[in-house]
Amino acid sequence: MTNFLQATFAVFRKDITAELRSREIIFAMMVFSMLVIVIFNFALELDPATRKEVTSGVLWATFAFAGTLGLNRSMAVEKDRGCLDGLLLAPVDRSAIYFGKVLSNLAFMFIVEAFVLPLYSALYNVNLFNPGLLLVILLGSIGYTAVGTLLASMAVQARTRDVLLPILLFPIAIPVLLSAVKASTGFLNGVEMAEIWPSLNLLIVYDVIFTAVAFMVFDAVVEE
Amino acid sequence: MIEVKKLIKRFGMKSVLRGVDFRVERGEFVALLGPNGAGKTTFLRILSSLARPSLGEVKVAGYSLPNEAAQVRARLGVVSHMPLLYGDLTAQENLEFYARMYGITEYAIRITEVLDMVGLASRRNDLVRTFSRGMAQRLAIGRAVLHDPEVILFDEPYTGLDQDASSMLDEVLKSVAAQGRTVVMTSHDLARAEDLATRFDILTRGVIAASSSREALGSNNLLTFYKQALAA
Ligand SMILES: Nc1ncnc2c1ncn2[C@@H]1O[C@H](COP(=O)(O)OP(=O)(O)OP(=O)(O)O)[C@@H](O)[C@H]1O
Ligand SMILES: [Mg+2]
Repeated sequence: MTNFLQATFAVFRKDITAELRSREIIFAMMVFSMLVIVIFNFALELDPATRKEVTSGVLWATFAFAGTLGLNRSMAVEKDRGCLDGLLLAPVDRSAIYFGKVLSNLAFMFIVEAFVLPLYSALYNVNLFNPGLLLVILLGSIGYTAVGTLLASMAVQARTRDVLLPILLFPIAIPVLLSAVKASTGFLNGVEMAEIWPSLNLLIVYDVIFTAVAFMVFDAVVEE
Repeated sequence: MIEVKKLIKRFGMKSVLRGVDFRVERGEFVALLGPNGAGKTTFLRILSSLARPSLGEVKVAGYSLPNEAAQVRARLGVVSHMPLLYGDLTAQENLEFYARMYGITEYAIRITEVLDMVGLASRRNDLVRTFSRGMAQRLAIGRAVLHDPEVILFDEPYTGLDQDASSMLDEVLKSVAAQGRTVVMTSHDLARAEDLATRFDILTRGVIAASSSREALGSNNLLTFYKQALAA
Protein backbone atom coordinates (compact mmCIF):
# COMPACT_ATOMS: atom_id res chain seq x y z
CA MET A 1 0.00 0.00 0.00
CA THR A 2 2.79 2.43 0.81
CA ASN A 3 4.45 1.45 -2.47
CA PHE A 4 1.20 2.10 -4.27
CA LEU A 5 0.82 5.59 -2.82
CA GLN A 6 4.50 6.34 -3.29
CA ALA A 7 4.27 5.44 -6.99
CA THR A 8 1.05 7.42 -7.46
CA PHE A 9 2.64 10.45 -5.87
CA ALA A 10 5.89 9.97 -7.83
CA VAL A 11 3.99 10.11 -11.14
CA PHE A 12 2.11 13.20 -10.01
CA ARG A 13 5.24 14.95 -8.82
CA LYS A 14 7.12 14.08 -12.03
CA ASP A 15 4.32 15.56 -14.18
CA ILE A 16 4.16 18.73 -12.14
CA THR A 17 7.96 19.22 -12.20
CA ALA A 18 8.05 18.74 -15.98
CA GLU A 19 5.07 21.02 -16.53
CA LEU A 20 6.46 23.78 -14.31
CA ARG A 21 9.50 23.71 -16.55
CA SER A 22 7.89 23.56 -19.99
CA ARG A 23 4.43 25.05 -19.23
CA GLU A 24 3.33 23.49 -22.51
CA ILE A 25 0.11 21.84 -21.43
CA ILE A 26 -1.31 24.53 -19.18
CA PHE A 27 -0.45 27.32 -21.59
CA ALA A 28 -2.20 25.52 -24.46
CA MET A 29 -5.25 24.86 -22.29
CA MET A 30 -5.47 28.47 -21.17
CA VAL A 31 -5.20 30.00 -24.61
CA PHE A 32 -7.77 27.55 -25.88
CA SER A 33 -10.24 28.27 -23.06
CA MET A 34 -9.91 31.97 -23.62
CA LEU A 35 -10.73 31.57 -27.30
CA VAL A 36 -13.72 29.35 -26.57
CA ILE A 37 -15.20 31.83 -24.10
CA VAL A 38 -14.76 34.80 -26.38
CA ILE A 39 -16.09 32.99 -29.45
CA PHE A 40 -19.14 31.65 -27.67
CA ASN A 41 -20.09 35.10 -26.55
CA PHE A 42 -19.61 36.64 -29.98
CA ALA A 43 -21.45 33.82 -31.66
CA LEU A 44 -24.42 33.96 -29.34
CA GLU A 45 -24.68 37.79 -29.34
CA LEU A 46 -26.04 37.78 -25.87
CA ASP A 47 -28.04 40.29 -23.96
CA PRO A 48 -27.30 40.17 -20.22
CA ALA A 49 -30.37 38.08 -19.36
CA THR A 50 -29.71 35.25 -21.81
CA ARG A 51 -26.05 35.37 -21.01
CA LYS A 52 -26.91 34.42 -17.48
CA GLU A 53 -28.92 31.49 -18.82
CA VAL A 54 -26.08 30.05 -20.91
CA THR A 55 -23.18 30.76 -18.55
CA SER A 56 -22.89 27.28 -17.10
CA GLY A 57 -23.23 25.68 -20.53
CA VAL A 58 -20.42 27.83 -21.92
CA LEU A 59 -18.25 27.15 -18.88
CA TRP A 60 -18.60 23.39 -19.13
CA ALA A 61 -18.09 23.35 -22.88
CA THR A 62 -14.88 25.30 -22.25
CA PHE A 63 -13.70 22.90 -19.54
CA ALA A 64 -14.55 19.87 -21.67
CA PHE A 65 -12.62 21.08 -24.74
CA ALA A 66 -9.65 22.39 -22.81
CA GLY A 67 -9.71 19.16 -20.83
CA THR A 68 -9.32 16.89 -23.85
CA LEU A 69 -6.41 19.02 -24.98
CA GLY A 70 -4.64 18.53 -21.64
CA LEU A 71 -5.50 14.83 -21.38
CA ASN A 72 -4.10 14.19 -24.84
CA ARG A 73 -0.90 16.13 -24.32
CA SER A 74 -0.19 14.61 -20.94
CA MET A 75 -0.50 11.06 -22.33
CA ALA A 76 1.36 11.89 -25.55
CA VAL A 77 4.39 12.91 -23.47
CA GLU A 78 4.46 9.38 -22.08
CA LYS A 79 3.90 7.62 -25.38
CA ASP A 80 6.15 9.53 -27.76
CA ARG A 81 9.40 9.01 -25.88
CA GLY A 82 8.45 5.49 -24.84
CA CYS A 83 8.08 6.57 -21.22
CA LEU A 84 4.79 4.74 -20.87
CA ASP A 85 6.79 1.50 -21.16
CA GLY A 86 9.08 2.81 -18.45
CA LEU A 87 6.09 3.38 -16.18
CA LEU A 88 4.59 -0.01 -16.98
CA LEU A 89 7.88 -1.73 -16.14
CA ALA A 90 7.76 -0.51 -12.55
CA PRO A 91 6.95 -3.24 -10.02
CA VAL A 92 3.76 -1.61 -8.77
CA ASP A 93 0.12 -2.25 -9.43
CA ARG A 94 -0.53 -0.41 -12.68
CA SER A 95 -3.54 1.41 -11.31
CA ALA A 96 -1.02 3.46 -9.28
CA ILE A 97 0.13 4.92 -12.62
CA TYR A 98 -3.47 5.62 -13.58
CA PHE A 99 -4.16 7.46 -10.32
CA GLY A 100 -0.94 9.43 -10.63
CA LYS A 101 -1.94 10.59 -14.11
CA VAL A 102 -5.46 11.41 -12.87
CA LEU A 103 -4.00 13.59 -10.11
CA SER A 104 -1.80 15.57 -12.48
CA ASN A 105 -4.53 15.92 -15.11
CA LEU A 106 -6.86 17.10 -12.37
CA ALA A 107 -4.29 19.63 -11.21
CA PHE A 108 -4.03 20.99 -14.78
CA MET A 109 -7.84 21.19 -14.97
CA PHE A 110 -8.07 23.08 -11.68
CA ILE A 111 -5.39 25.56 -12.71
CA VAL A 112 -7.19 26.29 -15.96
CA GLU A 113 -10.53 26.58 -14.18
CA ALA A 114 -9.01 28.99 -11.68
CA PHE A 115 -7.96 31.07 -14.68
CA VAL A 116 -11.25 30.81 -16.56
CA LEU A 117 -13.59 31.78 -13.73
CA PRO A 118 -12.18 35.24 -12.96
CA LEU A 119 -11.67 35.86 -16.67
CA TYR A 120 -15.27 35.04 -17.45
CA SER A 121 -16.47 37.10 -14.50
CA ALA A 122 -14.45 40.10 -15.58
CA LEU A 123 -15.33 39.91 -19.28
CA TYR A 124 -19.04 39.45 -18.87
CA ASN A 125 -19.70 40.93 -15.50
CA VAL A 126 -21.21 37.88 -13.86
CA ASN A 127 -20.26 36.83 -10.36
CA LEU A 128 -19.06 33.21 -10.50
CA PHE A 129 -17.67 33.03 -6.98
CA ASN A 130 -20.38 30.86 -5.64
CA PRO A 131 -19.35 28.04 -3.25
CA GLY A 132 -21.98 25.74 -4.74
CA LEU A 133 -20.61 26.28 -8.25
CA LEU A 134 -17.08 25.58 -7.02
CA LEU A 135 -18.27 22.29 -5.53
CA VAL A 136 -19.90 21.31 -8.83
CA ILE A 137 -16.70 22.17 -10.69
CA LEU A 138 -14.72 20.02 -8.28
CA LEU A 139 -17.01 17.00 -8.69
CA GLY A 140 -17.48 17.42 -12.44
CA SER A 141 -13.75 17.74 -13.06
CA ILE A 142 -13.05 14.59 -11.06
CA GLY A 143 -15.50 12.51 -13.10
CA TYR A 144 -14.38 13.98 -16.40
CA THR A 145 -10.69 13.45 -15.63
CA ALA A 146 -11.22 9.94 -14.26
CA VAL A 147 -12.82 8.69 -17.46
CA GLY A 148 -10.73 10.98 -19.68
CA THR A 149 -7.41 9.65 -18.38
CA LEU A 150 -8.47 6.08 -19.07
CA LEU A 151 -9.65 6.89 -22.59
CA ALA A 152 -6.57 8.98 -23.30
CA SER A 153 -4.39 5.98 -22.53
CA MET A 154 -6.40 4.03 -25.11
CA ALA A 155 -6.47 6.79 -27.72
CA VAL A 156 -2.75 7.45 -27.45
CA GLN A 157 -2.03 4.06 -29.07
CA ALA A 158 -3.69 5.26 -32.29
CA ARG A 159 -2.20 7.60 -34.84
CA THR A 160 -5.47 9.58 -34.93
CA ARG A 161 -5.46 10.17 -31.19
CA ASP A 162 -6.25 13.89 -31.37
CA VAL A 163 -9.60 13.13 -32.98
CA LEU A 164 -10.10 9.80 -31.29
CA LEU A 165 -10.10 11.06 -27.72
CA PRO A 166 -13.03 13.50 -28.08
CA ILE A 167 -14.95 10.93 -30.11
CA LEU A 168 -14.57 8.37 -27.33
CA LEU A 169 -14.77 10.74 -24.41
CA PHE A 170 -17.68 13.10 -25.15
CA PRO A 171 -20.42 10.45 -25.48
CA ILE A 172 -19.28 8.68 -22.33
CA ALA A 173 -18.88 11.89 -20.37
CA ILE A 174 -22.28 13.30 -21.35
CA PRO A 175 -23.97 12.24 -18.10
CA VAL A 176 -21.27 14.03 -16.12
CA LEU A 177 -21.46 17.16 -18.24
CA LEU A 178 -25.28 17.27 -18.18
CA SER A 179 -25.47 16.90 -14.41
CA ALA A 180 -22.70 19.43 -13.97
CA VAL A 181 -24.42 21.99 -16.20
CA LYS A 182 -27.72 21.47 -14.47
CA ALA A 183 -26.28 21.79 -10.98
CA SER A 184 -24.19 24.83 -11.98
CA THR A 185 -27.22 26.61 -13.44
CA GLY A 186 -29.12 25.80 -10.26
CA PHE A 187 -26.48 27.35 -8.04
CA LEU A 188 -25.99 30.41 -10.27
CA ASN A 189 -29.72 31.13 -10.34
CA GLY A 190 -30.13 30.58 -6.62
CA VAL A 191 -32.53 27.69 -7.04
CA GLU A 192 -33.67 25.70 -3.97
CA MET A 193 -31.19 23.06 -2.80
CA ALA A 194 -33.89 20.39 -3.11
CA GLU A 195 -33.87 20.90 -6.88
CA ILE A 196 -30.10 20.75 -7.16
CA TRP A 197 -29.53 17.64 -5.06
CA PRO A 198 -30.50 15.09 -7.73
CA SER A 199 -27.85 16.37 -10.19
CA LEU A 200 -25.28 16.66 -7.44
CA ASN A 201 -25.96 13.10 -6.33
CA LEU A 202 -25.70 11.89 -9.88
CA LEU A 203 -22.30 13.59 -10.20
CA ILE A 204 -21.02 11.83 -7.11
CA VAL A 205 -22.30 8.47 -8.35
CA TYR A 206 -20.62 8.96 -11.73
CA ASP A 207 -17.35 9.94 -10.07
CA VAL A 208 -17.36 6.74 -8.05
CA ILE A 209 -18.38 4.50 -10.95
CA PHE A 210 -15.91 5.94 -13.45
CA THR A 211 -13.03 5.74 -10.99
CA ALA A 212 -13.87 2.15 -10.06
CA VAL A 213 -14.22 1.01 -13.68
CA ALA A 214 -10.98 2.70 -14.72
CA PHE A 215 -9.20 1.15 -11.73
CA MET A 216 -10.29 -2.29 -12.90
CA VAL A 217 -9.63 -2.05 -16.63
CA PHE A 218 -6.54 0.19 -16.86
CA ASP A 219 -4.13 -2.76 -16.79
CA ALA A 220 -5.93 -4.48 -19.67
CA VAL A 221 -6.04 -1.26 -21.69
CA VAL A 222 -2.32 -0.57 -21.61
CA GLU A 223 -1.04 -4.10 -22.23
CA GLU A 224 -0.53 -5.41 -25.75
CA MET B 1 16.69 -17.59 -14.80
CA ILE B 2 14.48 -17.46 -17.87
CA GLU B 3 12.34 -20.36 -18.97
CA VAL B 4 10.03 -20.19 -21.96
CA LYS B 5 8.05 -23.14 -23.28
CA LYS B 6 6.01 -23.31 -26.49
CA LEU B 7 5.43 -19.57 -26.50
CA ILE B 8 2.99 -18.37 -29.11
CA LYS B 9 2.17 -14.72 -29.81
CA ARG B 10 -0.43 -13.61 -32.31
CA PHE B 11 -1.43 -10.11 -33.35
CA GLY B 12 -4.93 -10.59 -34.71
CA MET B 13 -4.62 -13.34 -37.31
CA LYS B 14 -0.86 -13.05 -37.64
CA SER B 15 1.37 -15.40 -35.65
CA VAL B 16 4.66 -13.74 -34.84
CA LEU B 17 6.03 -16.29 -32.39
CA ARG B 18 5.05 -19.92 -33.15
CA GLY B 19 6.34 -22.04 -30.34
CA VAL B 20 9.49 -20.52 -28.90
CA ASP B 21 11.46 -22.65 -26.44
CA PHE B 22 14.12 -20.67 -24.65
CA ARG B 23 16.13 -21.24 -21.50
CA VAL B 24 18.77 -19.04 -19.92
CA GLU B 25 20.84 -19.92 -16.86
CA ARG B 26 22.01 -17.40 -14.27
CA GLY B 27 24.98 -15.35 -15.45
CA GLU B 28 24.61 -16.16 -19.15
CA PHE B 29 24.80 -13.39 -21.74
CA VAL B 30 22.61 -14.41 -24.65
CA ALA B 31 22.63 -12.58 -27.98
CA LEU B 32 19.27 -12.97 -29.69
CA LEU B 33 19.78 -12.55 -33.42
CA GLY B 34 17.44 -12.62 -36.38
CA PRO B 35 16.24 -10.68 -39.42
CA ASN B 36 13.96 -7.63 -39.25
CA GLY B 37 10.45 -8.55 -38.24
CA ALA B 38 11.48 -11.92 -36.79
CA GLY B 39 9.80 -11.04 -33.49
CA LYS B 40 12.80 -10.22 -31.29
CA THR B 41 11.27 -7.05 -29.87
CA THR B 42 7.93 -8.81 -29.42
CA PHE B 43 9.70 -11.60 -27.54
CA LEU B 44 11.51 -9.20 -25.20
CA ARG B 45 8.27 -7.30 -24.57
CA ILE B 46 6.65 -10.53 -23.46
CA LEU B 47 9.59 -11.35 -21.19
CA SER B 48 9.27 -7.90 -19.64
CA SER B 49 5.48 -8.18 -19.12
CA LEU B 50 4.69 -5.34 -21.54
CA ALA B 51 2.87 -7.76 -23.83
CA ARG B 52 0.84 -10.83 -22.98
CA PRO B 53 1.69 -14.28 -24.35
CA SER B 54 -1.14 -15.72 -26.45
CA LEU B 55 -0.22 -19.24 -25.36
CA GLY B 56 2.64 -20.99 -23.61
CA GLU B 57 4.62 -20.76 -20.42
CA VAL B 58 6.96 -17.91 -19.48
CA LYS B 59 9.01 -17.79 -16.27
CA VAL B 60 11.49 -15.07 -15.38
CA ALA B 61 13.60 -15.14 -12.21
CA GLY B 62 11.41 -17.93 -10.88
CA TYR B 63 8.08 -16.14 -11.35
CA SER B 64 5.59 -16.91 -14.06
CA LEU B 65 4.02 -14.39 -16.42
CA PRO B 66 1.52 -12.86 -16.64
CA ASN B 67 0.28 -13.80 -13.16
CA GLU B 68 3.31 -12.74 -11.12
CA ALA B 69 4.23 -9.78 -13.28
CA ALA B 70 5.00 -7.39 -10.43
CA GLN B 71 7.55 -9.81 -8.93
CA VAL B 72 9.16 -10.25 -12.33
CA ARG B 73 9.33 -6.50 -12.93
CA ALA B 74 11.06 -5.94 -9.59
CA ARG B 75 13.92 -8.20 -10.75
CA LEU B 76 14.14 -7.00 -14.32
CA GLY B 77 15.90 -4.14 -16.11
CA VAL B 78 14.98 -3.16 -19.66
CA VAL B 79 16.79 -1.02 -22.23
CA SER B 80 14.89 -0.52 -25.48
CA HIS B 81 15.77 1.61 -28.48
CA MET B 82 13.68 4.34 -26.91
CA PRO B 83 15.36 5.84 -23.85
CA LEU B 84 12.28 5.81 -21.56
CA LEU B 85 13.41 9.13 -20.11
CA TYR B 86 11.67 12.49 -19.68
CA GLY B 87 13.23 15.32 -21.67
CA ASP B 88 11.93 18.01 -19.33
CA LEU B 89 13.57 16.44 -16.29
CA THR B 90 17.28 16.39 -15.48
CA ALA B 91 19.27 13.15 -15.40
CA GLN B 92 19.13 13.23 -11.62
CA GLU B 93 15.37 13.88 -11.54
CA ASN B 94 14.72 11.06 -14.01
CA LEU B 95 16.62 8.61 -11.83
CA GLU B 96 14.93 9.91 -8.66
CA PHE B 97 11.56 9.39 -10.29
CA TYR B 98 12.32 5.80 -11.25
CA ALA B 99 13.87 5.12 -7.83
CA ARG B 100 10.54 6.09 -6.25
CA MET B 101 8.63 3.94 -8.74
CA TYR B 102 10.79 0.96 -7.78
CA GLY B 103 10.42 1.65 -4.08
CA ILE B 104 14.17 2.13 -3.57
CA THR B 105 14.88 3.73 -0.22
CA GLU B 106 18.04 5.79 0.35
CA TYR B 107 18.34 6.31 -3.37
CA ALA B 108 20.71 9.29 -3.26
CA ILE B 109 23.82 7.11 -2.93
CA ARG B 110 22.63 4.59 -5.50
CA ILE B 111 21.95 7.34 -8.04
CA THR B 112 25.44 8.78 -7.64
CA GLU B 113 26.87 5.28 -8.06
CA VAL B 114 24.90 4.68 -11.24
CA LEU B 115 25.72 8.09 -12.72
CA ASP B 116 29.40 7.41 -12.11
CA MET B 117 29.13 4.02 -13.75
CA VAL B 118 27.63 5.40 -16.96
CA GLY B 119 29.95 8.43 -16.93
CA LEU B 120 27.31 11.12 -16.55
CA ALA B 121 28.07 12.42 -13.05
CA SER B 122 29.07 15.82 -14.39
CA ARG B 123 25.84 16.18 -16.39
CA ARG B 124 23.47 15.11 -13.64
CA ASN B 125 21.72 18.47 -13.45
CA ASP B 126 21.23 18.93 -17.18
CA LEU B 127 17.89 18.37 -18.88
CA VAL B 128 17.76 15.07 -20.73
CA ARG B 129 16.42 16.83 -23.84
CA THR B 130 19.87 18.41 -24.23
CA PHE B 131 21.59 14.99 -24.25
CA SER B 132 23.02 13.38 -27.37
CA ARG B 133 21.73 9.98 -28.43
CA GLY B 134 24.72 8.28 -26.83
CA MET B 135 24.35 10.08 -23.51
CA ALA B 136 20.64 9.35 -23.39
CA GLN B 137 21.36 5.69 -24.09
CA ARG B 138 23.90 5.53 -21.28
CA LEU B 139 21.44 7.14 -18.91
CA ALA B 140 18.81 4.64 -20.09
CA ILE B 141 21.17 1.86 -19.02
CA GLY B 142 21.68 3.57 -15.69
CA ARG B 143 17.92 3.74 -15.32
CA ALA B 144 17.61 0.03 -16.08
CA VAL B 145 20.15 -1.09 -13.47
CA LEU B 146 19.09 1.36 -10.75
CA HIS B 147 17.23 -1.28 -8.73
CA ASP B 148 20.06 -3.81 -9.22
CA PRO B 149 18.03 -6.27 -11.33
CA GLU B 150 18.99 -9.93 -11.72
CA VAL B 151 17.96 -10.05 -15.37
CA ILE B 152 18.55 -7.39 -18.01
CA LEU B 153 17.01 -7.21 -21.47
CA PHE B 154 18.63 -5.03 -24.13
CA ASP B 155 16.80 -4.36 -27.38
CA GLU B 156 19.31 -3.11 -29.94
CA PRO B 157 21.17 -0.85 -27.54
CA TYR B 158 23.60 0.26 -30.27
CA THR B 159 21.03 1.76 -32.64
CA GLY B 160 22.00 5.28 -33.67
CA LEU B 161 25.32 5.43 -31.84
CA ASP B 162 28.60 6.50 -33.40
CA GLN B 163 31.96 4.73 -32.90
CA ASP B 164 32.88 6.54 -29.69
CA ALA B 165 29.49 6.14 -28.12
CA SER B 166 29.41 2.48 -29.11
CA SER B 167 32.74 1.66 -27.52
CA MET B 168 31.73 3.54 -24.39
CA LEU B 169 28.53 1.48 -24.36
CA ASP B 170 30.66 -1.69 -24.73
CA GLU B 171 32.38 -0.82 -21.47
CA VAL B 172 29.10 -0.11 -19.69
CA LEU B 173 27.52 -3.33 -20.98
CA LYS B 174 30.52 -5.37 -19.92
CA SER B 175 30.50 -3.92 -16.43
CA VAL B 176 26.73 -4.52 -16.18
CA ALA B 177 27.14 -8.15 -17.25
CA ALA B 178 30.22 -8.73 -15.11
CA GLN B 179 28.22 -8.32 -11.92
CA GLY B 180 26.70 -11.80 -12.32
CA ARG B 181 23.58 -10.60 -14.06
CA THR B 182 21.73 -12.56 -16.67
CA VAL B 183 21.53 -10.68 -19.95
CA VAL B 184 19.55 -11.10 -23.16
CA MET B 185 20.46 -8.68 -25.95
CA THR B 186 19.05 -8.38 -29.44
CA SER B 187 21.33 -6.92 -32.07
CA HIS B 188 21.99 -6.70 -35.79
CA ASP B 189 25.64 -6.03 -35.08
CA LEU B 190 27.18 -9.52 -35.23
CA ALA B 191 30.68 -8.37 -34.39
CA ARG B 192 29.51 -6.72 -31.17
CA ALA B 193 27.35 -9.70 -30.25
CA GLU B 194 30.31 -12.02 -30.82
CA ASP B 195 32.44 -9.84 -28.60
CA LEU B 196 29.99 -9.66 -25.68
CA ALA B 197 27.78 -12.73 -25.55
CA THR B 198 28.40 -16.21 -24.16
CA ARG B 199 25.63 -17.74 -26.26
CA PHE B 200 24.00 -17.00 -29.60
CA ASP B 201 20.36 -17.81 -30.41
CA ILE B 202 18.81 -17.22 -33.80
CA LEU B 203 15.12 -16.32 -33.90
CA THR B 204 13.54 -16.73 -37.31
CA ARG B 205 10.18 -17.89 -38.73
CA GLY B 206 8.72 -17.63 -35.23
CA VAL B 207 11.03 -20.13 -33.53
CA ILE B 208 14.56 -20.34 -32.15
CA ALA B 209 16.06 -22.01 -35.20
CA ALA B 210 19.56 -22.47 -33.81
CA SER B 211 21.53 -21.96 -30.65
CA SER B 212 25.20 -22.21 -29.93
CA SER B 213 27.46 -21.42 -27.02
CA ARG B 214 30.62 -19.46 -27.69
CA GLU B 215 32.72 -22.62 -27.14
CA ALA B 216 30.61 -24.75 -29.50
CA LEU B 217 31.00 -22.14 -32.19
CA GLY B 218 34.70 -23.00 -32.18
CA SER B 219 36.66 -21.64 -35.09
CA ASN B 220 33.50 -21.00 -37.12
CA ASN B 221 32.63 -17.37 -37.03
CA LEU B 222 29.25 -16.09 -35.97
CA LEU B 223 28.33 -14.85 -39.42
CA THR B 224 28.62 -18.35 -40.93
CA PHE B 225 26.56 -19.81 -38.11
CA TYR B 226 23.92 -17.08 -38.54
CA LYS B 227 23.65 -17.59 -42.30
CA GLN B 228 23.37 -21.35 -41.94
CA ALA B 229 20.57 -20.97 -39.40
CA LEU B 230 18.61 -18.65 -41.69
CA ALA B 231 19.09 -20.87 -44.72
CA ALA B 232 18.12 -24.12 -42.99
N1 LIG C 1 1.51 -4.17 -31.67
C1 LIG C 1 1.60 -4.88 -32.82
N2 LIG C 1 0.49 -5.12 -33.56
C2 LIG C 1 0.54 -5.84 -34.69
N3 LIG C 1 1.65 -6.39 -35.19
C3 LIG C 1 2.80 -6.19 -34.50
C4 LIG C 1 2.82 -5.45 -33.28
N4 LIG C 1 4.10 -5.43 -32.82
C5 LIG C 1 4.83 -6.14 -33.71
N5 LIG C 1 4.06 -6.60 -34.72
C6 LIG C 1 4.52 -7.44 -35.86
O1 LIG C 1 5.27 -8.50 -35.35
C7 LIG C 1 6.37 -8.79 -36.21
C8 LIG C 1 7.63 -8.84 -35.40
O2 LIG C 1 7.99 -7.52 -35.00
P1 LIG C 1 9.20 -7.22 -34.03
O3 LIG C 1 9.25 -5.76 -33.83
O4 LIG C 1 9.08 -8.07 -32.83
O5 LIG C 1 10.44 -7.71 -34.91
P2 LIG C 1 11.98 -7.53 -34.61
O6 LIG C 1 12.58 -8.88 -34.71
O7 LIG C 1 12.19 -6.79 -33.35
O8 LIG C 1 12.43 -6.68 -35.85
P3 LIG C 1 13.61 -5.57 -35.96
O9 LIG C 1 14.87 -6.34 -36.17
O10 LIG C 1 13.24 -4.81 -37.17
O11 LIG C 1 13.59 -4.76 -34.72
C9 LIG C 1 6.35 -7.75 -37.30
O12 LIG C 1 5.80 -8.32 -38.45
C10 LIG C 1 5.45 -6.66 -36.77
O13 LIG C 1 4.74 -6.07 -37.82
MG1 LIG D 1 13.03 -4.91 -32.84
